[in-house]
Amino acid sequence: MRSKAGHALGAQQVWQGCALGALGKRWISGAEGELKRSLRGRWTRRQTERGRGPARSSRMDPALSAVRLSVREAVHTLSSEDGGRIFSTLGSLKRYLGQTENPALPGEQEEFARVHFSAFLRCLVSKLSPDWLELLPDGQLEELWASFFLEGPADQAFLVLMESIEGTAGPSFRLMKMAQLLARFLSAGRMAAVLEGQCWQHTESASPLLQEMLLIRVVGLPDRLGNRLQRESLAVFLPQNYFPLLGEEIVRVLQAVVDSLRGGLDCSVSFVSQVLGKACVHGRQKEILGVLVPRLTALTQGSCLWQRVCWRLVERVPDRAMEAVLTGLVEAAPGPEVLSRLLGNLVMNSRKAQFVLTQKLLFLQYRCTTPMLQSLLGYLATDSQRRPLLVQALKELLETWGSSSAVRHTPLPQQRYVSKAVLICLVHLGDAELHDSRDELLASLMAGVKCRLDSSLPPVRRLGMVVAEVASTRIHPEGPPLRFQYEEDELSREMLALATSRPAADGSLETGPSVPPVAADTPDKEPEESDIPQPRPDSELDSDDEFVPYDMSGDQELKSSKAPMYVRDCVEALTTSENWERWEAALRALEGLVFRSPAATREVSVELAKVLLHLEEKTSVAGFEGLRQRALVAVTVTDPARVAKYLTSQFYALNYSLRQRMDILDVLTLAAQELSRPGRLGRAPQRGSPGPASQPSSAVAPAWRAVVEERIRSKTRRFSKGSAGRGPAAGPNEFNSVAGYFFFPLIQHFDRPLVTFDLLGDDQLVLGRLAHTLGALMYLAVNTTVAVPMGKALLEFVWALRFHGDAYVRRGLLSAVSSVLLSVPAERLLADLPDELLEARAWLADVAEKDPDEDCRLLAVKALLLLEKLKDKLLPLSFP
Amino acid sequence: MTMEQESTPSDVPGGDCTPTRMAAPPPPDPQFVLRGTQSAVHALHFCGGAQGQGHPLLLSGSLSGLVHIWSLQTRRAVATLDGHEGQCVTWLQTLPQGHQLLSQGRDLKLCLWDLGEGRNAVVDSVRLESIGFCRGSVLARGHQHWTLAVPGRGSDEVQILEMPSKTSVCTLKPEADAKPGMPMCLELWQANSSPRPLLLAGYEDGSVALWDVSERKVCSRIACHTEPVMALDFDSQKARGVSGSAEKALAVWSLDEQQALQALRTQELTNPGIADVKIRPDRKILATAGWDHRIRVFHWWTMKPLAVLAFHSATVHCVAFATDGLLAAGSRDQRISVWSLYPRT
Repeated sequence: MRSKAGHALGAQQVWQGCALGALGKRWISGAEGELKRSLRGRWTRRQTERGRGPARSSRMDPALSAVRLSVREAVHTLSSEDGGRIFSTLGSLKRYLGQTENPALPGEQEEFARVHFSAFLRCLVSKLSPDWLELLPDGQLEELWASFFLEGPADQAFLVLMESIEGTAGPSFRLMKMAQLLARFLSAGRMAAVLEGQCWQHTESASPLLQEMLLIRVVGLPDRLGNRLQRESLAVFLPQNYFPLLGEEIVRVLQAVVDSLRGGLDCSVSFVSQVLGKACVHGRQKEILGVLVPRLTALTQGSCLWQRVCWRLVERVPDRAMEAVLTGLVEAAPGPEVLSRLLGNLVMNSRKAQFVLTQKLLFLQYRCTTPMLQSLLGYLATDSQRRPLLVQALKELLETWGSSSAVRHTPLPQQRYVSKAVLICLVHLGDAELHDSRDELLASLMAGVKCRLDSSLPPVRRLGMVVAEVASTRIHPEGPPLRFQYEEDELSREMLALATSRPAADGSLETGPSVPPVAADTPDKEPEESDIPQPRPDSELDSDDEFVPYDMSGDQELKSSKAPMYVRDCVEALTTSENWERWEAALRALEGLVFRSPAATREVSVELAKVLLHLEEKTSVAGFEGLRQRALVAVTVTDPARVAKYLTSQFYALNYSLRQRMDILDVLTLAAQELSRPGRLGRAPQRGSPGPASQPSSAVAPAWRAVVEERIRSKTRRFSKGSAGRGPAAGPNEFNSVAGYFFFPLIQHFDRPLVTFDLLGDDQLVLGRLAHTLGALMYLAVNTTVAVPMGKALLEFVWALRFHGDAYVRRGLLSAVSSVLLSVPAERLLADLPDELLEARAWLADVAEKDPDEDCRLLAVKALLLLEKLKDKLLPLSFP
Repeated sequence: MTMEQESTPSDVPGGDCTPTRMAAPPPPDPQFVLRGTQSAVHALHFCGGAQGQGHPLLLSGSLSGLVHIWSLQTRRAVATLDGHEGQCVTWLQTLPQGHQLLSQGRDLKLCLWDLGEGRNAVVDSVRLESIGFCRGSVLARGHQHWTLAVPGRGSDEVQILEMPSKTSVCTLKPEADAKPGMPMCLELWQANSSPRPLLLAGYEDGSVALWDVSERKVCSRIACHTEPVMALDFDSQKARGVSGSAEKALAVWSLDEQQALQALRTQELTNPGIADVKIRPDRKILATAGWDHRIRVFHWWTMKPLAVLAFHSATVHCVAFATDGLLAAGSRDQRISVWSLYPRT
């Protein structure tokens, strides 16, 4: 194995050597007719700037041999032990780097850099050892040694450094020295020189192999160093430090490019683009663009040249890195103006960029934040050439928004995302542009509104309402405005803020929705507040502790008529009374009366249930729905069999509104809950609902009870500690005998559509509620004899509907499965329902993985966990 | 084995409790109830133990025209005065010197009674000109001299009389364009700094006006209510007053240095209609008599509601405070309830 690895390593080195050889060859070939072009290398350029002019080819031959001789001599000297000689030889060789006061001829310098430099550096690396460095005191030798790497041609030095670091086997003196040298190399800004060197190459003369190698090493430096140095790695090599540095270097390179362009010199940024692209592909957008974008934002302000360089930079990014770069730019740019300055008309020139910006970010992903969306769509809107793209984007967005399949199969966050994008588009587009494609837009919009309003999920409905209101006023301003009633929440406020905020003028885009100012206090509070700071004239200040208010809950509005005293009177008042105060009093009194006189209630229970079910709110009674529901629950609890029979029969009857049908379900759930509550008898009825019928539950667990118990405990002396507290008194589950009346009539007829009521068709909201109710009834039937047939029927019900398109229905089914698993005894599940369980399990696994709705996935996972638990419980039973 | 020593059931508060502070105590019961007027009670007045026995008396005027004098010690009526020919007694007031009682009846007569040493005879009477329900007001001005304000002959006039000479000092008539309607309640008072009597009058249009009696002009007037002002009381030390009307709110107003009335705030009520409002003599709390059968108690400075006393089964017509803090309320249900709330320390 080891020999193989060593062989591979060797092969790599050989390959690198080839590349370096290619570098040298290119320099040689460039020396002839294309000298002028090849001399644009940074190294040579520095010489030309000093006014020495390019070397003549005729004078090169003798110099060539002289350089070779001196290099050979130096290599030879390096092997000796004489520190002074080594020092002087190296010092003389530095002439060829052109840094000394007596530099070599330009031709010789070029020759040295082209042919001998890499080899010489390798030789230097090979000599590195503690003994060798100590041949001269004070680290003079080390300084001189390092200067060759730091002052010579940067690309070669960088490659040799990387090569030697990667070639070193384990932690060693040499590795650490080389790593420190590389750190110095980076901190001395030599990376800019590496990048810059590639900017002066013309595309045809640049060696793709060499560039590729440089590219891999420049971007992969943190990984490679990290691999090699493990825990010893230096801070500058960590990605979070290295990539910002790389960003800074890129800015410097671009500065140099801009300067040379001003000077009339041609150059190319494609290597820098490649570096940028690769860094972004590696997932370092935040680090590198976090530095680059603010600098470029400032630099491109008011400078056309900088803008052009910047456009070119993004344009030259390879296609496969385009998405990463553009996403990073959209994220980092503070607003559409800046984005427009950085990108130019990229979206028109590059098909890839157009695809990313107008398709991928909008339709295939939904991870952009709202400010990003605003930047992106604002960018499309800032230039007249790009505006057709924005119109096109809006059309496609609305088409997606209006597709019923998308509504059903995309997760809610994505729907929100598309909606936000639609609203932002609408803000940016002018009336004329909208008018041109109004019919198309309106058709999509209305289709979307329709399928959203049909949805049984309130957030989806609300989304539809908000977008419909805003979009219709923009698309069809002269028509009557659409108005929906919806509760404001954070999302709707954010959406409305999006729709009203005009595109920001410059980079200072307000992020996030503007919060509406807090409403002023009620006027009668203000004087009180102004009262307080006034000094009180009394000497005996009224401390409020002295005046503890008495309980004032009994302070209600005075009713002129008296509440009925008997259940029958209530029925009469509710059916015949034209006296609304009496009607309301009867409604309010009913629940208490029913609980106080169960016998009297049983005589009229079905009649009373019928009256209550058909009761309409004729006057505005505060809490009407709650009163009616509580009264119905009370009646159902008092006479469960008959009333449940009546209510379940009415659920599938003609001539009821959906509201009434859902009321029936709610009442059945609440009544079942009350009946199955342990220790129910002898206690005041107490409300609170888990299941789907979520009335706002009143404050349970009265605080005063705790206070009383605390007081009793403090005043009670206990002689012995008995069992602390009694558990709730055991008693039969009253739901046991009547569960069938509640459950089976409901589950029997769901697949038989009526003229007015089609559970499997349009009335999926009620179907979802029915599934939840059945699940709740199943759960409440725990420990009853009827639980097993109920579970069987419910699993069949679930199986029949398992691929229902509505998420709310699926949620109901999933919770129903969970309640079957909870309520039916484990051994009976296995004995009676093994096939159903297996099928359910397969379905649950599928839902947990693939369902677009997050809640569905969660519920499925919960049910799967219950199944697992069941298995654990059963296994010891079956294998004793 | 456990042994429960005691847990006082009255400590258990009602079902509904405010979440922020500890459970509020349940509303108190009356200390005692006086029955036996056999008629709706329309006027109440405490008379401090000036009768020599040292025990305070409570005077009540009824719809049937009788004035009952109750002993708060024995809780029985000690005397009954019949001087208003069966017409409702609307106002009772003892004079500061003691022994003398003013009673106003709807027989258009204001009687002055001498109650000293067991006597109960009408010693004088003033003929009234107005048939409304407006109660009079009296202000003592030196020994044996007092000023009386009663509704006057014209429907919007207030008449000021010097007593006991019964000479009419002046008639306060609003300016012709003001049209405040009838005066509904009157309160004569005198600032500490100045000897000039001032009159606060609540009018039918819901406004409260401050009259300078000697100059016969309105100093200030504010519209506190949209319904007629039924009652008002004024705290001259804090220069702050409160008024109740037929609507669902109490108004609190103040008087600044320039004798200008300023509305401070309104206190919303559950039910409309305030028949009477009184500030306790120590100016800590105030009580209102409500048409909704309830007595409401507020903290006078903050107007924080303190108690709603639902004892009566019919409209409460009047409330009165004794100097020791006892509260009495008279109702159309013919009962007088006496309460001891927030006793003075």
